[in-house]
Parts: sequence; C-alpha cells; structure tokens
Amino acid sequence: MSAPSPIAVKVDNVVKSFANGDSRTFALKGASLEARFGELLMIVGPSGCGKTTLLSVICGTLKFEEGDVAVFGHELRAMRNGDITRFRRENIGFIFQQFNLIPTLTAVENVSIPLILKGVSTAQAENRACEVLEKVGLADKYKSYPNQLSGGQQQRVAISRALVHDPRLIICDEPTAALDSVSGHKTLELLQESAVRPDRCVIIVTHDSRIYEFADRIVQMDDGRVVGQFDDPSQLSHA
Amino acid sequence: MFRIALKMLFRDRAKYAMLVSGLAFCSLLMCQQSSVFCGLMIWTTATVRNIGAPVWVVDAKVEQANEIIPMRQIEVDRVRGIPGVAWAVPLYIGIEQARLTDGSFQNVQLVGLDTGTLTGRPMDMKSGRIEDLRLPNAVVVDQVAVEKFRRKGIKIALGTTFEINDKEARVVGICHVNRSFLGQPYVYTTFDRAMEYAKPARKMLGYVLTAPVPGVSNEELAKRISALPGIRAIAKDQFFWDTVRWYIRNTGIPISFGTVVILGVIVGIAIAGQTFYLFIHDNLRFLAAFKAMGAPNSTLAGMVLLQAFSVGFIGYGIGVGLASWFGNTVLAKEQPPFYMPWQVPVFVAGVIVFICALSALIGLTKVMRLEPAVVFR
Repeated sequence: MSAPSPIAVKVDNVVKSFANGDSRTFALKGASLEARFGELLMIVGPSGCGKTTLLSVICGTLKFEEGDVAVFGHELRAMRNGDITRFRRENIGFIFQQFNLIPTLTAVENVSIPLILKGVSTAQAENRACEVLEKVGLADKYKSYPNQLSGGQQQRVAISRALVHDPRLIICDEPTAALDSVSGHKTLELLQESAVRPDRCVIIVTHDSRIYEFADRIVQMDDGRVVGQFDDPSQLSHA
Repeated sequence: MFRIALKMLFRDRAKYAMLVSGLAFCSLLMCQQSSVFCGLMIWTTATVRNIGAPVWVVDAKVEQANEIIPMRQIEVDRVRGIPGVAWAVPLYIGIEQARLTDGSFQNVQLVGLDTGTLTGRPMDMKSGRIEDLRLPNAVVVDQVAVEKFRRKGIKIALGTTFEINDKEARVVGICHVNRSFLGQPYVYTTFDRAMEYAKPARKMLGYVLTAPVPGVSNEELAKRISALPGIRAIAKDQFFWDTVRWYIRNTGIPISFGTVVILGVIVGIAIAGQTFYLFIHDNLRFLAAFKAMGAPNSTLAGMVLLQAFSVGFIGYGIGVGLASWFGNTVLAKEQPPFYMPWQVPVFVAGVIVFICALSALIGLTKVMRLEPAVVFR
C-alpha cells in the first residue's frame, strides 16, 4: 500500500458568517477538510450548505472569522491581502460556473490573461495560450469570441485559462451547471486528463451527481459542516 | 493588462461609440461656443486692432473703444505738448449713412485718418492705393462694404460713387480689415474730409492717436497724458482689454455663451458618466474574475483609468477637431466670429479630464469595493 500524497489544502474548523440585518447567518459552522496533491476532490451537498463559501475561503477570496486554512503550507489567516492576491495569481486556476469569459476578447486573449497577470509579455502569453487551446481541441477557435462558441467549447476555453499558468490548485465552481450531460461529461474527462497531476490538486464544487464518478474523493457538506467523506462515489448514494 | 483593458473598451462598440460621441459632442460644444465668444469679444476691439496706434487719447468718461465721446480738436495740440510724445494725430470715427445709387441706405463707420500721415491706415489693400485718399471725394471701403453693397445689387469697384450725408464719395481703394462688432462697413477717408461728411457739431474729434519717443513706454506716456484734465490716455493693449472687459460686464453675451458651455459640461457628465458607469457595471463580473485570478486593485484601477482617459482623449480630439474645422470654414466667410486662442482647447481639455476623472471615480468606487468572491455567486 503506497503512502498517501502530501496535503495540499487543509481546512480546520472554519467559521464564516454574513450580516443579515441585525442578525448574522452562519454559512460555515466549523467546516474541516483536507485535499491532497494528485487528487480530484469534489465537494457536494444541497444548495445553501456552504460549498461555495468554503471554496471562496480556500482560495482566499473571502475572509473567515475562526479556524485555519492552509494552502500548500501557507496559512491564509497570516497573509496580508496583497500577499493573498499574489498567492492566487501564482498558484490557483479558476473555472467558474458561468465561465466568466470576457465577451470582447477572443479565446486566445481570454486564456492568456493569467499569464499576463503574472507579468509574461502578451506575445509569449498568447503563444502559450494557443498551445493549451490546441491541447483541449480548440486549435481552430483561437480567434473566436465567446459568443461564437458552444457552451462546451466555452468551458474548454475556461479550462485552458485555468491551466495556462500551470497552477498547483485548480478551483472549479459547478463546472457542468451550464452544460448538457454530454458536454458536462466531456468537460470532466478533459479536466481529469489535463488537470489532474501528482503535483496539483483539483477541487470541484458540484450538485451534479452525473459527474461524481470522476472524483477521487467526495466530501459531503450540510448546514455549514462537512458531514461525510467518501473514496468511492457509489458510497455517497448509499449514505 | 492595459492592452486587455483597451480591447475590452474598443470592442464594446455600442458603449465605446456612445462614450466617444458624448465626449466629442461635449468638447465640440464647449470649444466652438468658447471660440465664438472669443471671436465676438475680438470683434469688439476691431477699431483698436485696425488702427493699431500705441496710445489712444479719449474723453475722460470713455470706458471702451466703441464708445465715442467727441472732444475738441485742440486736444491734439495739448497732447503734442506733453513730454515724451513722438507724434500725435487726430482720428475721426462716427457712424454715418451712405446713400447708394439706387436710393437705398447703408450705415457705415466713417474713419477719418490724419490727412498728412494717414496714420491708422488699413494695411491690407485689395485694390487701389491708400495714398489716393488725398484725391477729391476719395474713400477706401472694406470687404464688408463690398459684401453689403453687393447684397443690395451694387457692385463696388474702383470709381464707384455713393453719397455720405449728401456729399459724393468715390471709391479709390478696397481694403481688408478686421470686421467691426456691429458689422457695419468701414469707410476710410482723410480727417479733413470726414469733417465735411459728418454732420457738423461743436466737438468732432473722436480720438487722438499718439506714440511715445524711444525710452518711454506706452503705459508711462498714457499716465502722463492722463494727467491733463478732461482726457484719458490708454495704451493699446489696455484699451483692448478694457473693451473686452466692458462687454463682459455690461452685456448678456458671457451669460448666454457661458450657459451653453455649462450645458456642454452637463451633457458630457451625463452621457459619459452614465455610459462609463454602465460599462463598468456590465464588466463588474469580469473585473471580479480578474480580481479572483490575482489582479491587484492597482492594476484594475489602472485599467479603469486608462479606459476612461482613452475615450476622453479620443472624444476630445474629435470634438476639438470638429470645432477647428468649423472655425476654418467660418473664418473663410468671416462670420460668425471665431477665435480659438490656446486657452480654449486647454480649458476644454481640463473639463474633459474632470469628466473622465469623475466617471472613472464612479467606476473605481465599485471596482475597489468589489469582492472577488462574487464570481462564485
């Protein structure tokens, strides 16, 4: 039996609440989880259980009140805003539910953004973006604008954008929510092929039970807490 | 990222066109109206600029160049007696009625130049010789007279005659001078003949033109002459500005033009500000995505400022360009008045910078407050 991979992300007892008039609504009530390198981890649970809040906390886009979050050994709580922004730029790739591709930029320009943010020249960034787009089967769509692409093709552009700067953590928020089942399946196949590597961790938040089969591990959340972890997706349906 | 920011702006054609056209219209309105205002103010000083004497002596109560309070002719000799005066000559200016050969009338500004020296003569003669003014009944008319007489069906040429107060005037020259504020043609003649053309009065001297000897400034000479009772001397530049200020203080011209300029600013703020706000609002989700991907606030602020000032620069260029084109077109026709000193485009640029800064500020406020986590909602 091989030794488990090192921990990439460790969330320990995190509490996060939002002001709601005079009262506060707790989105996370002591959530804890670990994600390892080389792993495709899915966070599942009903709407409003805190999945997206947990994702936002992990990537440092949302402050939390209690607990600790460590990404690649860096304690987010101890980092200043500027350092967190830089950390995200260097280490995290994002795939959003609505793709968030800039409608006025071509596929190659959209994909090159993370590299340009890192200070790579536009020409070099676009060359690298073309390579990645070619790998995801969009070699003939470099110059296409998002509205000229199908939903599946847009998601492949979004995956290319998440991978282009070779991040160590990929964060996906409902990546198949805007896709039909065939496109969703293909997207996950592509993600599994191109994103999962021994030195990288992929975390996906999803409702979509049709893609559970792609997970190496599934974390189930309910009411702001992690209520179960499953190595085999079939266990989840019996839980 | 700045290149990305510009692509986002330029490729959102509807908003880009709206922003640029709003700012261009605002620049055009401000620039054109300010230039017409300056042109109008310049027209008020036509007499000072056409005659060009270094120092003007007028009645003590005169406030501006178009106000003529006649003096006694002896004032010329009194001025000549002041130390520091190189020369002093009389000048007559008065509004007279010219009767044309078909019996119609035209008001003209009769200018009587010193007979001996013709000081204050028009410098740009289109035809004829200014020296011929010394011939009997001779007058020189300006381009406005040619235009106005032509509209009445009379072609002015050398030798054409008309009457001023029942006395014959024969055209011996046609000149080009700065158009007067009231748009009346200038008719030049000698001072002595002007006395004949004008209706007789006890005092008929409009101005004494004078100049200082070397070593004495215009201002110093004006000060010395002004010490004489009943008259006032003004250096040319001061007379120019006194006249402009008088029209600004005593007429509704600045208010009417100022209102249009203010409207231009309001239109600019309303169109550009709102459209830019919409542009930022529509892109907020993408700016949040940039923020989530690690774009610092400074980069996003730079992008927003670049977008705001790019449309400002382009809109300003188009607006000032159109105003200049308008200016060139009307200058060829000499009306309406148009004069664009460098201060006008600088003022308009300042207003456009203000509008862009305000628009960017509204956008920046939203961008700075933006939580990157909104991209997950």
